Amino acid sequence: MNDPRLQMGSVSQASVLATNKVLRNTYALLSVTLIFSALMAALSTVLHVGHGTSLICSFAALALIWFVLPRTAESAAGIAVVFAFTGLLGFGLGPVLNFYLNMTHGAQAIATSLGGTAVVFIGLSGYALTTQRDFSFLGGFLFAGLMVVLLAALAGIFLNMPGLWLAINAAVILIFSGFILFDTSRIIHGGVTNYIIATTSIYLSIYNIFISLLHLLGAAGND
Amino acid sequence: MDWMKFAYAALIVALLIFIFPAAKYWLKNSPKAERGDWQAFLLPISLVILFVVGLMWIVGQ
Repeated sequence: MNDPRLQMGSVSQASVLATNKVLRNTYALLSVTLIFSALMAALSTVLHVGHGTSLICSFAALALIWFVLPRTAESAAGIAVVFAFTGLLGFGLGPVLNFYLNMTHGAQAIATSLGGTAVVFIGLSGYALTTQRDFSFLGGFLFAGLMVVLLAALAGIFLNMPGLWLAINAAVILIFSGFILFDTSRIIHGGVTNYIIATTSIYLSIYNIFISLLHLLGAAGND
Repeated sequence: MDWMKFAYAALIVALLIFIFPAAKYWLKNSPKAERGDWQAFLLPISLVILFVVGLMWIVGQ
């Protein structure tokens, strides 16, 4: 038992087991929260929720992830916070979904965006898991890119340039695709050991890719 | 409505403030890319671009 090689082996095995547990819990919580979020989105679509309510949901979700989640992520209460967060974001989708459902090919655009987002997520996660490559070098690049995109979106609100919005949506898809690689590789390499935090990060990537893909497909279908 | 524009702008500013500490941390502490890392990143991202362009082309038909 005192053989250092045996000890190294058991430490490495324990680390792999811990990583697999985080991955398994993350994907389990992610799938349940995605279903919950979709149900909330369907509910808000049926209720014809307005843009004001959607905006309030976004502010509330941001407040949860900013002030509540860091304090609860290590406890069971963190799971309730993730459900509240994903439920609020899902509920906030109502006006966007209703906008597209009222268009000629809107339902097709929504279905294609859902399928497309699933393909991108499964493809990128599978790539990160099979290559086992460490994508943490992307951290600075992705966060800087996200800041630039947010600043461009801020300008876009007041400039009213459709071309700028298309460019922003395309950039959002690329940046959050990068975040899927980054977050998955961080779980694999032990950078994230809390599955609640990991679920929140990956959920945000999927959510943003879906919305941006929907806007791009809506624009491509002249909606 | 103007107030909606300002409310959305406030949300984006709040997001910027929220993300800033993480951005600052990762800009300072990101490990350097090793040989082949950028290619390993650009390969799937190129496929994502092709996939999205393909979807837009199909929807536009």
